Amino acid sequence: MSIRRRIVTVVSAFAVVTAVVIVWAPTVGSTSISLARVFDTSIPWADNVDAQIFFVARLPRVLAASLVGATLAAAGVVLQAMLRNPLATPFTLGVSAGAALGAMLAVIFQLEVGVLGISSVPIMSFAGSLVAIGIVYALASSQKRGLSTNVLLLAGVTLNSFFSALILFVQYLADFTQSLRAVRWLMGDLDVGSYRPIVGAAPFIIAAFAVFAILPRTLNLLSMGDDVAAARGVEVVRAQRWAFLSASLATGAAVSLGGPVGFIGIIVPHLVRLLVGSDHRIVLPAGTLFGAAFLVMCDLLARTIMAPLEIPVGIITALIGGPFFLWLLVKKS
Amino acid sequence: MATGKKIVTTENTKVTEAFFLALFFFVSSVGYVVNVDAQQPKRIVSLVPNVTEILYAIGAGSQVVAVSSYDEEPPAVRRLPKVGALMDPDTERIITLRPDLVITYSSQVDLQSQLTRASIPFFDYRHGDLAHIMATMRGLGERTGHSAEAEQAARALEARIDEVRARVKGKPRPRTLLVFERDSGTLRNIYASAGRGFLHDMLEVAGGVDVLDEIDKESAQASIENILTLAPEVILELRSADRLSDAAMQTEVASWSSLASVPAVKNHRVMVLVGKELTVPGPRVAEAIERMAKALHP
Repeated sequence: MSIRRRIVTVVSAFAVVTAVVIVWAPTVGSTSISLARVFDTSIPWADNVDAQIFFVARLPRVLAASLVGATLAAAGVVLQAMLRNPLATPFTLGVSAGAALGAMLAVIFQLEVGVLGISSVPIMSFAGSLVAIGIVYALASSQKRGLSTNVLLLAGVTLNSFFSALILFVQYLADFTQSLRAVRWLMGDLDVGSYRPIVGAAPFIIAAFAVFAILPRTLNLLSMGDDVAAARGVEVVRAQRWAFLSASLATGAAVSLGGPVGFIGIIVPHLVRLLVGSDHRIVLPAGTLFGAAFLVMCDLLARTIMAPLEIPVGIITALIGGPFFLWLLVKKS
Repeated sequence: MATGKKIVTTENTKVTEAFFLALFFFVSSVGYVVNVDAQQPKRIVSLVPNVTEILYAIGAGSQVVAVSSYDEEPPAVRRLPKVGALMDPDTERIITLRPDLVITYSSQVDLQSQLTRASIPFFDYRHGDLAHIMATMRGLGERTGHSAEAEQAARALEARIDEVRARVKGKPRPRTLLVFERDSGTLRNIYASAGRGFLHDMLEVAGGVDVLDEIDKESAQASIENILTLAPEVILELRSADRLSDAAMQTEVASWSSLASVPAVKNHRVMVLVGKELTVPGPRVAEAIERMAKALHP
């Protein structure tokens, strides 16, 4: 089978599965609703509980989950290839710690600077991630020879622990309920309750995916080594710069939308590679789709298995994904 | 002897040992507190703000020598030394103050074992239901030598609570979502009182029924789907702040408007009460209940 046909076949298969999941997910939940009622326009909106559950509670959640899942998985693929490090995640380079610090500050100092119906927490967390990206980028590009992936990694890891310390310090100053809220934020939450935060995060994510779309061939070469890539005509530094900035920006936007949902950014790329091989022309789109479907399913479990109580989605992603990945790892090796 | 032993043991057994040691101190200290009741404390350190309020309400205020960093009420405590709080009690300063009674929260196990080692008695408090406030008053009254005043204060509170009960008796009891935490301006991270605890009891007294009654917890995160399904007739928000501007109040009430099918939203029965006393299980609880009752049954 030619590579082009293989790409089309595999990616379409993933797309179909993901589409089915995204369409099906809003129809299930802790309450049973009638789809006929949901789309019955003869019932006034204010009296149509089913429609409100569908359009106000579930659909934004599913959309947010698919956006966040897709972004984290894609950013994971890009960063693992660029850094040539299988342990890299969208959070390795300090983005999520910066975002978390921003969110903490908003929670603890009770900032009320909401813009266009988006509350201060996501705005501050996005700002925090931008600060982190800026610092890591400045450090890594201060060397003469362009961007150094080693410096990038070390700077990211160090910034992560530095920000984590700041987070603990800020939490220490906070009172008990505020710390609790801050800790809860770290576990991820997709009950966004309106479309505005999604619309707010989407432009950054779409812009990043536009960059991702032209990256796969370069990533294939980069994962063989900078020198090999350079010999094949890749402008290594420029490619790395674009990959880092787009992946980080998208991660920052995703984290501000759903919190730092763990696990997806590291495991989904590996999982997809185990399933479809390592060609980034397939891994990147398939990983993106799989990440979306995976987080939608995890959030579905989070909102149903202990209903009316909710389980933080970050717990589910790790509890489901961990054993599944290990099983696949053993089975394939 | 214990130190000598610790040097040769491995990390793991050290941890286990420390745990059992702490447990032992904890268990033995509970007995200890009961045993020394005969003496009346003259120097009380309170690390729990609502218990500080109770101490002042039962006439033991003059015995309080230091409070937690979150203590603000009654105003007399503001000039007292602050010695840390729930997560970060300043043990050294507490011991230096030579207290003869320390009010601790039940999760402060480390502090409690240190106090026991220093032979300082402590009062082990944890939040409970509404009746627990009066029980704590009476318990502390006995403990601090103010039994009569404590009894009087508890009775006065009970009388005010009964008065509210009587006033709302026979009136329809709206199914109410009692929110005490929410990201302002949005419907994210909504926390509400559930099937037990003082907030739940306060709502019942004030003539409402908690929509999250089925959940046997003091509080629960309420998802939007949950709220749409439960369809509360009243949404009552308690905002622990000194004041809220009219504009901010409007924004907060308007944040709920997207849940148009919820009866509380439809019938304009979303209310925000502002005040720092609203969520404190102490002597001001009667005021809070009266305000809640007024909101539910105008």
